[in-house]
Amino acid sequence: MNVVELNNLQFRWKGQSQNTINIDDLHVQQGEHVFIKGASGSGKTTLLNLLAGILVPDAGCISILDKDISSLSHSARDRFRADHMGIIFQQFNLLPYLSVIENIVLPCNFSKRRKQQAGNVHEMAKQLLEHLGLKQELINRSVMDLSVGQQQRVAVARALIGKPELIIADEPTSALDTESRNDFLKLLFSEAEQQGSTILFVSHDPYIAEKFPRVLDLHTLNQASSKAQTA
Amino acid sequence: MILLKLTLRSLWNRRMSLFLTILSIAVSVMLLLGVEYIRKEARQSFLSTISGTDMVVGARSGPVQLLLYSVFRIGNATNNISWKSYQEIKKNKWVDWTIPLSLGDSHKGFRVLGTNQDYFKYYRHGDKQLLKFQKGKPFDGVFEAVVGAKVAQKLNYQIGEKIVIAHGSGSTSFTEHKDKPFTVVGILAPTGTPVDRTVHISLEGIEAVHIDWVNGAPISGYKISAEEALKKNLKPEVITAFLVGLENRIATFRLQREINEYTREPLLATVPAIALAELWQTIGNFETILRIITVFVVIAGLLGMLTTLLSTLNERRREMAILRAVGAYPRHVFFLFVLESLILVVLGCLIGMLLLVALVALAKPWVIEHYGLFLNNWLPSSSDLLLIAVISALAIVFSFIPAIIAYRRSLQDGLTVRV
Repeated sequence: MNVVELNNLQFRWKGQSQNTINIDDLHVQQGEHVFIKGASGSGKTTLLNLLAGILVPDAGCISILDKDISSLSHSARDRFRADHMGIIFQQFNLLPYLSVIENIVLPCNFSKRRKQQAGNVHEMAKQLLEHLGLKQELINRSVMDLSVGQQQRVAVARALIGKPELIIADEPTSALDTESRNDFLKLLFSEAEQQGSTILFVSHDPYIAEKFPRVLDLHTLNQASSKAQTA
Repeated sequence: MILLKLTLRSLWNRRMSLFLTILSIAVSVMLLLGVEYIRKEARQSFLSTISGTDMVVGARSGPVQLLLYSVFRIGNATNNISWKSYQEIKKNKWVDWTIPLSLGDSHKGFRVLGTNQDYFKYYRHGDKQLLKFQKGKPFDGVFEAVVGAKVAQKLNYQIGEKIVIAHGSGSTSFTEHKDKPFTVVGILAPTGTPVDRTVHISLEGIEAVHIDWVNGAPISGYKISAEEALKKNLKPEVITAFLVGLENRIATFRLQREINEYTREPLLATVPAIALAELWQTIGNFETILRIITVFVVIAGLLGMLTTLLSTLNERRREMAILRAVGAYPRHVFFLFVLESLILVVLGCLIGMLLLVALVALAKPWVIEHYGLFLNNWLPSSSDLLLIAVISALAIVFSFIPAIIAYRRSLQDGLTVRV
């Protein structure tokens, strides 16, 4: 099954003369770990917002899990995202006023499906934390007490809880040093594999790209940006 | 449920800056409810002072003025009325009872009231209660006095205390009737009315201390001792005013007209409830202005809250993006802001009410001390609760502004977390 399928995808920001995104064809299989390489300004964030169903394409279709999400209503897309996607940002992923465990279980509050799949939500959160190499005594701590590396692992746990099919990561390692970056990737891969989740990892860091079995260059993938450059 | 939890935790996280917002709402709510409370209490207090009296009669002046000086001991009489007229009206067939009042002297800042035993028999206050004695009994002799509860407490008077009455009503009167001391024979129970702050003596007592005075001043070289005074004719010639109780209230206006048209001397009869209504009407404009001001103070408090909410919108952009990423709908973001204002305003109202309760409790002894008015503890009435509901509704309407902005932004920003 294709987890992600893009066909003739076009998107243009209002007031711009050129398309920001123009992707003919992209398929991502279930369980794949895909690295999408792109410099800033290459339309990375726009692509992620399209995949997450925040933005709607001007033309073409976005299928996630064989569902054409661009044809869904606003709230149906919101529900779909909550149910099927885990999202990790560059940094500051966590709500500062919630404890570690409260941050992890947050998606289960908005998605019944993920709550069901997590089973005992608190147990699951603890398990994920353990797998990600975080000490149990951290769970009731404020997230403000954690190091950046620890915070990013908590963000991974939150993205993974309830077994969403698709993990979207937007440069989650850019704030980490090399060593914790490698640890982070290792943990992310093994956990995602265990759950059978697909990873879409966006970054400009070529060293990370090496770790991925499949690397796509947004530059070549996105005809809009290559056209813009040649023009 | 999760929204409520998120709102509470988020608020708690920002508690320092929000505390002031809540406080400003609390103070404004306290003011609004406090003004309402004082209005009601003042009316209640005035009404209870005169609860059993159907009519007040005095020299011709304004009905409000007559009521104020005769019953509430505020201000002074412009003129007296003759004993003769009093006796004549007393005999009127509609009159059930009368209480003569003779004012003008004082004792250590407390008014001295000359009256007779009918005062203890007929004067009613509060819920139409008669006066009760804490200690002792009504005065009987010429040089006997009955003091109000506040007088006894403040000056620490016991039965048998010898007191001297001063001429005039100021607290620093220099002309005292030293040669004719009075003995305290009774102490009244507290009433929460001006009675508590009054020294009561007989009309004969008033006559006796003034027997060697002419035109409001002692005649030099002419002294009559207390013993001698007792032998003289102490029948009063004038009194300040008198209270009237009717056989039947239906006769109120007929009697009032008769008195007002009395030919021997210019008299004024006033019905307390009507005079009070006139007084409230006079004060009414002022009350309305005060109310309008407090309403604006509340609106200012709510605008302060709105400012705080709007100023945090930018720093909370990340919070909203995170919530969107974990599956919150834009409408969740909207409700977060509405819920937040609702919690702030409800807390503000609660604290405002607590402040008012505390303030009234603190002010109570002071108000009794200085004005002889008894304040009831503040409890929210149904109209107060309605006001609070209106304030909360207003706060919700106000919160739509930041809520709509956050809602729109969360659609625009999507998952893009801006620092």
